[in-house]
Amino acid sequence: MWFDRLLQGFIDTLLMVGVSSLIALPTGIALAVILVTSGKGGIYEAPTLNRALGAFVNLFRSIPFLILMVALIPFTRLVVGTTYGVWAAVVPLTIAATPFFARIAEVSLREVDHGLIEAAQAMGCRRWHIVWHVLLPEALPGIVGGFTITLVTMINSSAMAGAIGAGGLGDIAYRYGYQRFDSQIMLTVIVLLVALVALIQVSGDRLARGLNRR
Amino acid sequence: MSVAIARSSLEIPGLLSAEHTELHPELNRAHVRFIGVSKTYSGARVAALQGINLAIQHGEVFGIIGRSGAGKSSLIRTINRLEQPTHGRVLIDQIDIGGFDEDRLVELRRRIGMIFQHFNLMSAKTVWQNVELPLKVAGVPKEQRQRKVRELLELVGLQDKHKAYPAQLSGGQKQRVGIARALVHDPQILLCDEATSALDPETTQSILGLLRQINQRLGLTIVLITHEMAVIREVCDRVVVLEQGRIVEQGPVWEVFGNPRHEVSRTLLAPLQQALPEELQSRLQAQPPSADAAAVLRLQFTGTGREEADLAALFSALGGRVRLLHGGIERIQGHGLGQLLLAVSGSSWGVEELRQRAGNWAQQVEVLGYVV
Repeated sequence: MWFDRLLQGFIDTLLMVGVSSLIALPTGIALAVILVTSGKGGIYEAPTLNRALGAFVNLFRSIPFLILMVALIPFTRLVVGTTYGVWAAVVPLTIAATPFFARIAEVSLREVDHGLIEAAQAMGCRRWHIVWHVLLPEALPGIVGGFTITLVTMINSSAMAGAIGAGGLGDIAYRYGYQRFDSQIMLTVIVLLVALVALIQVSGDRLARGLNRR
Repeated sequence: MSVAIARSSLEIPGLLSAEHTELHPELNRAHVRFIGVSKTYSGARVAALQGINLAIQHGEVFGIIGRSGAGKSSLIRTINRLEQPTHGRVLIDQIDIGGFDEDRLVELRRRIGMIFQHFNLMSAKTVWQNVELPLKVAGVPKEQRQRKVRELLELVGLQDKHKAYPAQLSGGQKQRVGIARALVHDPQILLCDEATSALDPETTQSILGLLRQINQRLGLTIVLITHEMAVIREVCDRVVVLEQGRIVEQGPVWEVFGNPRHEVSRTLLAPLQQALPEELQSRLQAQPPSADAAAVLRLQFTGTGREEADLAALFSALGGRVRLLHGGIERIQGHGLGQLLLAVSGSSWGVEELRQRAGNWAQQVEVLGYVV
C-alpha cells in the first residue's frame, strides 16, 4: 500500500521534472544564444532587445519559487485547465527553470574564445553557422554541466510544488512525514531523493567530462 | 617570387585619377590596394590607422611589421573586412569591398584564407572536422570535401593526425591545421596574423618554410604581420614598417634591411644586427693613443653593390696591416648585407683617406676610433 503510494510519488516527481526540463532545455539555450549574440559586439548586436530580455530573465530569476507558483495560478489554469496535479506543476516549474538555465548556459556561451568566432567569420561562415558550428559545440560541456545543476534545482522546486497539491515525493513527505509523523516514509523519500540527485549529478558530470576535449 | 617595384612608385599618395594610374600601371594590376585607409575605434582618442596607401601585387609575400599597437592587426583585418575602415577604400582585384553585403562578404572571405597567432581551432572538433568546416558551411558535397581535406592534411604533413583533437597537438601542428583550414577553399590570398609568434624558433622555421612552399607551389599572395624582423627576412619579398597607424618605411626587404631609414625600423632590426662587442667597445679610444695605434673602420654593405667586395684589393688599397676584428655578411634576396670591422695600422694614408678608399668597396664607411 505505502509502497504503491511511494512509487506513484516517485513517478510523478520524474514526470514533473522530466516534462519541465524537456521544455526548459531548448528554450533556455535559445534564450542564452539570443542574450549572448545580441549583446555588445555580438554577431546579432541588438542592444534594446538584449536589455529587455535580460531584464525579463532577471525578473523571473528573482521571484522565489513558492511565490512564483502562487502568482502563476491563473496562468496555469489558462494553460492546462487545472491548478492541481502533475501537469499544473509543470507550468511554474518550466517558467522558473528556463531563465535559471538560460543564465548558466549564457555564461558558457560567453566563455567561447572570441578568436574562434573571428576564425569562423574569416573562413566564410554565416552568422547562424557560427551559432551552430562554433558557439554551441564549444560551449556544450558547460551547457551540460549547467543543465545538471538545473535538474537538481528542479527536483528541489518540485517538492515545494508537491506541498501545494502537485503530487510527487514532496507531497508524500509533507503529508506522511510532516502531518502524520511517519518517519519511516519520510526517511524513504529522503533516500530516494538523494539517490535521484546523485544519479543525475554523476551522469551529468561524466557526460560533461566526456564532451570536453580541451 | 620577388616583384620588382621601385621604392618611389609606392610612396605617392594613392589617388585613383586616370593620370595617376597611367603613370603607375602596376597599381591597376595590384591584388590588394589600400587607398587612404584610416580607422578610428569608437571611444579611442587616437586613430589605429591613418591614411594608408599601399599596393600588394599578385604572388608576392608581403610583410607588415611594427611594434605592438602600431596598427598591424587592424590593417590586415581590413583585407577580409573583419575590420571596416572608417575612411578610405580597400580594393581586391580592383573591386572596392567596402559596400559588400553578407552574401558577397562570405564569398570574398572564401577566397581569402587566414591564420592566427593562437591558431583559433575549434576545440570540440577533430583535426579533420576543423579543416572540413569551411567546406561544410559552404555546402560542398561530401566526397569533394573528403578529397580536399585529405589533400590538404597531406600538404601540411598531418594525415596521420586527422582523428586527434587540437588539445593533443603541439603548437606547430596546430598552426599546420590552421594553414590547412585556411587553404581548403583554394584562396588567392593568405593572411597571416602573427602566425609564428607563439611558436619556438625551430617550429617557426618549419612553418615559414611551409608558407614559402605554399607561395611558390600555389602562387598565392601572402600578407603577413609580425613584430619580428627575422620572420620578414626569412619569407618576405617586400615590407612596410608601421608606426602609430602610419607607414614610415617601405621597400624590398633587402633594401630596408641594408639601409633602414626610420628610427623604428632600426629598433626592430637591432636584435638581428651585430652590435659592437663590449670588449672591443671598451678598448676604443677617440684619439690615437700612440703613433702605432690602429684606426678602426666600420664598412657597411647595404646590398646595393654590383659585385661582392674583393678583399685583397680592399686590403692593398688600405695599405699597412689590416686586421679583421668583427663582422658578417648575410644574403637576403640575393643581396649581400652586413658589416666588417677592420683595424688598420702602419698605413701611409691618413684616416680620412682610408675612409674614402674603403668607400670604393663598401657603401658606408665610418671611423669608430682607435685601438692599440
